[in-house]
Amino acid sequence: MAKLEVDGLTKVFGKKPKKALELLEKNKSKDDILQETGNTVGVNRASFSVEDGEIFVIMGLSGSGKSTLVRLLNRLIDPTVGNVWVDGENLAEMNDKHLRDTRRKKMSMVFQKFGLFPFRTVLSNVEYGLEVQGEEKESRQEKALEALELVGLKGYENMYPDELSGGMQQRVGLARALANDPDILLMDEAFSALDPLIRKDMQDELLDLQTKMKKTIVFITHDLDEALRIGDRITIMKDGAIVQIGTPEEILMEPENEYVEKFVEDVDRSKVFTVEHVMTRAESVNVEKEGPRVALKRMKEANISSIYVTDRERNLLGIVHASDVSRLVTENKDQLQEVIQENVPTTAKDTVLRDIMNLLTYQNVPLAVVEDGKLKGAVVRGTVIAALSGSEVENVGLSS
Amino acid sequence: MLDFLPRLPLADWIDAFVDWLKNADFIFDSLTSFISAIIEGLDAGIGFFPSWLLIVLLTAITYWFAGRKTGLTAFVFIGLFLIDNMGYWDGMVLTLAIVISASLISVIVGVPFGIWMSKNDVVEGAIKPVLDFMQTMPAFVYLIPAVAFFGIGEVPGVVASVIFAMPPTIRLTNLGIRQVSTEAIEAADAFGSTPAQKLFKVQLPMAKVTIMTGVNQTIMLALSMVVIASMIGAGGLGTEVYYAVGRNDAGGGFEAGFAIVILAIILDRLTQSFSNGRK
Repeated sequence: MAKLEVDGLTKVFGKKPKKALELLEKNKSKDDILQETGNTVGVNRASFSVEDGEIFVIMGLSGSGKSTLVRLLNRLIDPTVGNVWVDGENLAEMNDKHLRDTRRKKMSMVFQKFGLFPFRTVLSNVEYGLEVQGEEKESRQEKALEALELVGLKGYENMYPDELSGGMQQRVGLARALANDPDILLMDEAFSALDPLIRKDMQDELLDLQTKMKKTIVFITHDLDEALRIGDRITIMKDGAIVQIGTPEEILMEPENEYVEKFVEDVDRSKVFTVEHVMTRAESVNVEKEGPRVALKRMKEANISSIYVTDRERNLLGIVHASDVSRLVTENKDQLQEVIQENVPTTAKDTVLRDIMNLLTYQNVPLAVVEDGKLKGAVVRGTVIAALSGSEVENVGLSS
Repeated sequence: MLDFLPRLPLADWIDAFVDWLKNADFIFDSLTSFISAIIEGLDAGIGFFPSWLLIVLLTAITYWFAGRKTGLTAFVFIGLFLIDNMGYWDGMVLTLAIVISASLISVIVGVPFGIWMSKNDVVEGAIKPVLDFMQTMPAFVYLIPAVAFFGIGEVPGVVASVIFAMPPTIRLTNLGIRQVSTEAIEAADAFGSTPAQKLFKVQLPMAKVTIMTGVNQTIMLALSMVVIASMIGAGGLGTEVYYAVGRNDAGGGFEAGFAIVILAIILDRLTQSFSNGRK
């Protein structure tokens, strides 16, 4: 079961939204509806589901309805039609008390301009969520201190928000959201008000925290780089409607339409694509049962000048070059061991291409992709260049 | 002009309304004794201290609570000493009791009204013109029904002062709560606050500075009513001014007026410094 399930969620602002809803069904545009009825379409029939432990990014330009959408998820705004299920419970059917309990226990929110309470100290800001639940002062302070330590603000508890920098204030906002220990974090442009360097730090920190905590995070942003950096899946919104949902690579590789295509045009793909994406099958010989002749034959078939050597469990042992292997054949030896070169450049599946550029430039052999010591594939220059230039990887043969 | 039209009997209607209200005199009687208890209590409480002790106490309070400003502290000391020296001490104590009573009642009634206004646009639309009416109607006019319902003396003076002085508290409470940033309100909601928690833990604290500005205005307006209220028998410094006018006594009038000014400055600065202090 998905953690958060959204079905046909629609918000029309203004009086008498009925007519606007009918027009929406007829697929009229947001501008036409505004002209005809005077109503503004905030969110237009959005449906998606967010899995447990996922960072789900909703991205769009200003006015695309992303901030409205995130407020529909905790009913800060009531939807015109459509449903939101949190852990299988329908938000729209909850009474005030039930809704309050859900907000207290299951989801908390981080705001663009932090939304801190200026008259409260940092500690008492972080305590707020627990305070309204009626938790004892001692235990809530303890939890608040833990949350502050988690975001790296230990020692600042007695300061006031306006005595802190923007980045630190947002850490307070994050700590306040974490203190309740909710399953779901809603982050509305949480890092947009910060300057670029601090923003990057906060993104790293969020990813760090996420590996520890495994929350379900819905993250709103207007910044595609940010979306690609932190999102497990990305939703692109335009005029209140969802245009495409997919992993960062899917969005870059298969843009649904021109709008998304234009959006992703200028992205630095080397920061997004991982080795897994460009990796090809690695030719190899099993040293325990295959000798120089098999190795040479395989290299000829694949038209390559070196081949990986593994053991029976596909643990990577090294690489042999064609010239050395032919020498073994002429000397009539049947073991490869003596010509194996153990010094092979390796990389991991989830490394981004940007980080292997240097290795690729200065190495004449392909990079071996290794997972737990086992050979999984190889990366050659050609496929990397092809991927970065936006062409399909499959078209490029193995050539090294 | 337009003599053929019958004259609109507005005055008759109001008289009839006031007469009708007199049927509820048991309410006014209990209100009278309630308000008069407050005034007498305050008067006795403040008057309990000998003047020199109160001067020292107020000077010390000013020094500790109003940001340790030496200039203001010196002013409080010299000002209060002058009032005592000119022989207006008892008058000042009674005036202070009247002003504090009127301000207290204004705040106790006004703040809830302001909160109600801030929650509901219809209520705001209804109350705003009433507040305009209360503030622009010449203050003397309130004396007439006040006497009708509360007799003469300090009580009708306080009632007239409340009507005249309450609007800023209501207005600025409303404004202060409406000015609280949307994100703070959303944060309060998103963390599951009940409406009461939101009001007391977020909205009122964030509106505090604005509300206190309103309270300060209310105190100043109540003080400006003391001379007018003296016309219906409310004692204190106002009476001294009123008598001086009747006797064409410029010197005495200025002396009593001066005492009112000193009191006004002290009350103003003290309430302002309370409203600005956070830590």
